[in-house]
Amino acid sequence: MTTATGIGASVKRKEDYRFLTGQGTYTDDINRHGQVYAYILRSPHAHAEIAKIDTSAAKSAPGVITILTGADYDKGGLPAGWQIHSKDGSPMIEPPHLPLCKDRVRHVGDQVALVIAETYAQAKDAAEQINVTYKELPAIIATGDADKPGKPQVWPDAKNNVCYDWHIGDKAATDAAFAKAAHVTKIDLVNQRLVANAMEPRAAVGDYDRATGEYTLYTTSQNPHVIRLLMGAFVLQIPEHKLRVVAPDVGGGFGSKIFHYAEEALLTWAAGKVHRPIKWTAERGEAFLSDAQGRDHVSHAELAMDKDGTFLGLRVSTIANMGAYLSTFAPCVPTYLYATLLAGVYKTPAIYAEVKAVFTNTVVVDAYRGAGRPEATYLLERLVDKAAREMKMDRVAIRRKNFIPTDAFPYQTPVALQYDSGDYFSTLDMAMKNADWAGFEGRRAEAKKRGKLRGIGISTYLEACGIAPSAVVGSLGARAGLYECGSIRVHPTGSVTVFTGTHSHGQGHETTFSQLVSDTLGIPIENVDVVHGDTNKIPFGMGTYGSRSLAVGGSAIVKAMDKIITKAKRIAAHLMEASVADVEFKDGTFTVAGTDKSVPFGTVALTAYVPHNYPITELEPGLEETAFYDPLNFTYPGGCHICEVEIDPDTGVTQVIGFTAVDDVGRVINPMIVEGQIHGGVTQGIGQALLENCVYDEKSGQLLTGSYMDYCMPRADDVPSYKVGTHATMCTHNPLGSKGVGEVGAIGSTPAVINAVLDALSPLGVQDISMPATPLKVWQAIQGAPTKMAAE
Amino acid sequence: MPTVEMTVNGKRASAQVEGRTLLVQFLREKLGLTGTHIGCDTSQCGACVVHVDGRAVKSCTMLAVQASGATVTTIEGLANGETLHPMQEAFRDNHGLQCGFCTPGMVMTALDLVKNNPSPSEEQIRHGLEGNICRCTGYHNIVKAVKAGASAMKG
Amino acid sequence: MHDFGYHRPASAADAAGLLSQKGEAKIVAGGMTLIPTLKQRLAQPSDLVDLGGIAELKGVKAEAGGITIGAMATHAEVARSADVQKAIPALAALAGGIGDPQVRNRGTIGGSVANSDPAADYPAAVLALGATVRTNKREIKADDFFKGMFETALQDGEIITAIHFPKPDKAGYSKFPNPASRYAIVGVFVAKAGGGVRVAVTGAGPCAFRSKELESALSASFTPDAAKAVKVKADGLNSDLHATAAYRAHLVSVMAARAVAAAS
Repeated sequence: MTTATGIGASVKRKEDYRFLTGQGTYTDDINRHGQVYAYILRSPHAHAEIAKIDTSAAKSAPGVITILTGADYDKGGLPAGWQIHSKDGSPMIEPPHLPLCKDRVRHVGDQVALVIAETYAQAKDAAEQINVTYKELPAIIATGDADKPGKPQVWPDAKNNVCYDWHIGDKAATDAAFAKAAHVTKIDLVNQRLVANAMEPRAAVGDYDRATGEYTLYTTSQNPHVIRLLMGAFVLQIPEHKLRVVAPDVGGGFGSKIFHYAEEALLTWAAGKVHRPIKWTAERGEAFLSDAQGRDHVSHAELAMDKDGTFLGLRVSTIANMGAYLSTFAPCVPTYLYATLLAGVYKTPAIYAEVKAVFTNTVVVDAYRGAGRPEATYLLERLVDKAAREMKMDRVAIRRKNFIPTDAFPYQTPVALQYDSGDYFSTLDMAMKNADWAGFEGRRAEAKKRGKLRGIGISTYLEACGIAPSAVVGSLGARAGLYECGSIRVHPTGSVTVFTGTHSHGQGHETTFSQLVSDTLGIPIENVDVVHGDTNKIPFGMGTYGSRSLAVGGSAIVKAMDKIITKAKRIAAHLMEASVADVEFKDGTFTVAGTDKSVPFGTVALTAYVPHNYPITELEPGLEETAFYDPLNFTYPGGCHICEVEIDPDTGVTQVIGFTAVDDVGRVINPMIVEGQIHGGVTQGIGQALLENCVYDEKSGQLLTGSYMDYCMPRADDVPSYKVGTHATMCTHNPLGSKGVGEVGAIGSTPAVINAVLDALSPLGVQDISMPATPLKVWQAIQGAPTKMAAE
Repeated sequence: MPTVEMTVNGKRASAQVEGRTLLVQFLREKLGLTGTHIGCDTSQCGACVVHVDGRAVKSCTMLAVQASGATVTTIEGLANGETLHPMQEAFRDNHGLQCGFCTPGMVMTALDLVKNNPSPSEEQIRHGLEGNICRCTGYHNIVKAVKAGASAMKG
Repeated sequence: MHDFGYHRPASAADAAGLLSQKGEAKIVAGGMTLIPTLKQRLAQPSDLVDLGGIAELKGVKAEAGGITIGAMATHAEVARSADVQKAIPALAALAGGIGDPQVRNRGTIGGSVANSDPAADYPAAVLALGATVRTNKREIKADDFFKGMFETALQDGEIITAIHFPKPDKAGYSKFPNPASRYAIVGVFVAKAGGGVRVAVTGAGPCAFRSKELESALSASFTPDAAKAVKVKADGLNSDLHATAAYRAHLVSVMAARAVAAAS
């Protein structure tokens, strides 16, 4: 059914009214009766022994209820959700991660004391009176230095700070490919550390009900059931039926709100001690010191080619920074979400990648929008551009030559993944047309007359998302299943409540899932509501990340609807006195093939709850079904991004003039929402390429970019309007054909921007620039360029 | 503790506050107007923008006592009953919001922008939104929304 | 932030009285720097004396061959002022480019000048235009006013009441903003008046300063090329994550050239 509200329609969002009128309910908007406030005293040092904590003066400060330190903490540590094994078969080093430090702090911002007071200001005032005696230790900060001998050690068990030393691919085959290569292109790249910076800072309210023994945690999470599982089972030992986790409206996540954080456990634990609800809300400066950060790879890569530019083999060696501890999904990001993507859209026959994960005295690093896939894409697309230059080949031609052919699917890569579908030629052609690639040289010449350096850059990419088949990820070290759960509750009058284990924090699930259900069940979209984010309401869920909500969560909803329709057909057959096999369901009406008999969906719903005329001996009353969907494979969105920039050689400022994206995200339910996801992702990608950088002082470990005064967030005047489009090949293994869209913008865009900057600088002979390509760096590159700017 | 008294969304509001109480804390904690958000500590992000005496200000960088006697409008004061203000409607029509957290500040800023410039160009809109950070939308649809809202407000 | 006593006097004299009575009192004008500073607990005044209720500190008026701007005039008021736009358009443009729209609605010229933030815009205009800073005690020439990073000639209890800018023949301002904070990495104000040229630079040093080499180059030829040809020395200039001293030195010439090109 194609209607104004059905699948494929740009339906205006159901959630917008409350957000536009200030009626959203974010965690910090929640106030419980008798609520008190927490302030967390954090380490000012990157690495130090805690010799003594004196809380005596602070405890008698006005309003203070209690002050808790590591000495008081008697529960478990925060678990890692994924175990990686090193090349030699040994398990990764998994250090303890207590929510309150006992004897040592390992990064600036580490939790030292929890101060609970009647008001937040009182808690913060009291914290100033806590006297901590630290014995400072040397710190290791730089990713590329961490595994060198003789450096400060973050953990005694992790020799040379190595968490794991892992590899994937066929080394012998790759060596053989390099042995017969006509040319090898080499590149060294840094994928800098970023901060997710969801605009809503993390917050939590912990509550404990003495009457029932139940704990409730309201938290800024992308996956409340995962938090309940991790915190309940591993940290605080609270059984699920005594622990409710609610993630209400959440103001953006981008990965940073997947993980189980110390503050969640501390507030829940402390609420049980003080018997008062406790609220904590991060200040932005605190978020910079405690939210898991992203990226942070140092890589060397080599591409072997024959004399015609056909890729023969790829070698990659990467050091990935984990920070001071292992965050929830940190170990899998630079392995199974990165190295498995190194085939990209290319039919490179032999690939071998080594990844060493290291500990440093910095904030933990974990998934940030794209998580591993942007790093893989950046590496490949920089390398391919460099290869084209060295081979004196057109950068588009070298890509086309090496694309996986459209008729080669399913395609098995040398790095474990099997792509189900894709059409890289079409997305490339469409993007080049939309970007007027052919007319670029004219624009470059025109810009030159104005004294500007104009460049165009391309990126053809692929990613794996819709995570993930539980058995597969289990064999790779995941300590959880990655299915999703959906429930459909048809009410007696025919309206429907959908319960999903995914979580919407900007993605518009309330609208997209409503479209899906309204379209499938043939009921008005106003009659569908979507509920998410509450473990007491939703049977189960694994949450939202890895662009999985529609491909996995939507598929669970489809499965639940299948069950609803199956049961409803039996009721309808009974009402129409027909055989179930003859009952058809279309546009909200049950009919009997070859007759004029029909029953509307609403009548069937009412009958299910008022079963006066009902096959009661063979069918239960009611109409509510739950389904779990475990995906058969990852999904593989891909596409082409083209960026056009202009550089002012006097200042080094790079202006993004145009950005064109054509993405294959499979079936689209709501094009408006899909385009919005791409706009946002592309902007984060441009942010990484040109603006954003999380910088620590390499000696002291102090975060130098700890506020928006220094961490450069993209603003409205930093980016242009975009040209985005989609071209769908269907996912072959889920019922919707959808692949996922949440991350593609951030994955495909970054190398397109840097390739454009390098193209603009190419007349000067500049061959490399690191991210972010700030005005300073571009100006320095121009100053150091082999060819000088002609005098104007 | 000083007493502050102001008109908020057309209603008189007064309370005793500490001198250090920020206007945004007064609105959120004393008046329960939680539509105004706090996204940073350094007066950069604009999630807290409200109108004080008809001008957009960052309510995280103004003391409640400084607003005593003023007329304040927050996001909760824009809609006319169930009918959205044309700028709110334009944000919905153009998908100018995703997570909704920056949205109240964006809308309040957009109204100030349009007040000063009823027919802003794309460049003027982008420049005018310099004090508001959105991490979700990439600004593309916010710019469209402000433009559409400005047109709608002209009637 | 720590708590404090709050006072909102109705006159500059009352404000001065409060400042002399309260030991650790601070003045708050627009609060755009002070309030974030207090939030970060980097200052702990006993009292805040808010100048927001003092009528005599407000307003912009054309007088004595120039423009007099009350200390509590906001950046937005200065940017919008027809008098300023007519007499010194570069000053209106500078005010219209400070911070962001919300900051311009609260931030004041008096607060900006009294704070002498090394990255603030107004100090460049005050210096280059040879303005006079009027206080409740005296008048201070621009060249005598800025003493260092966050340091001025103001004494304890001294309150800026207004700033008088003489009308130049021509003036222009160009700023290279910090990509993150949008404060000036380098801002250059050029003013041609009475046969001479004054050039003031903000963002690049500990406080706004005049550039003698640019002034002599532009006195000889008031053209963008003349400014661009000046090689500014990097010695003593600020260096940080966003801009090295050498880059700032280069930007001073570039911004000076753009300020000359924009001058009217």
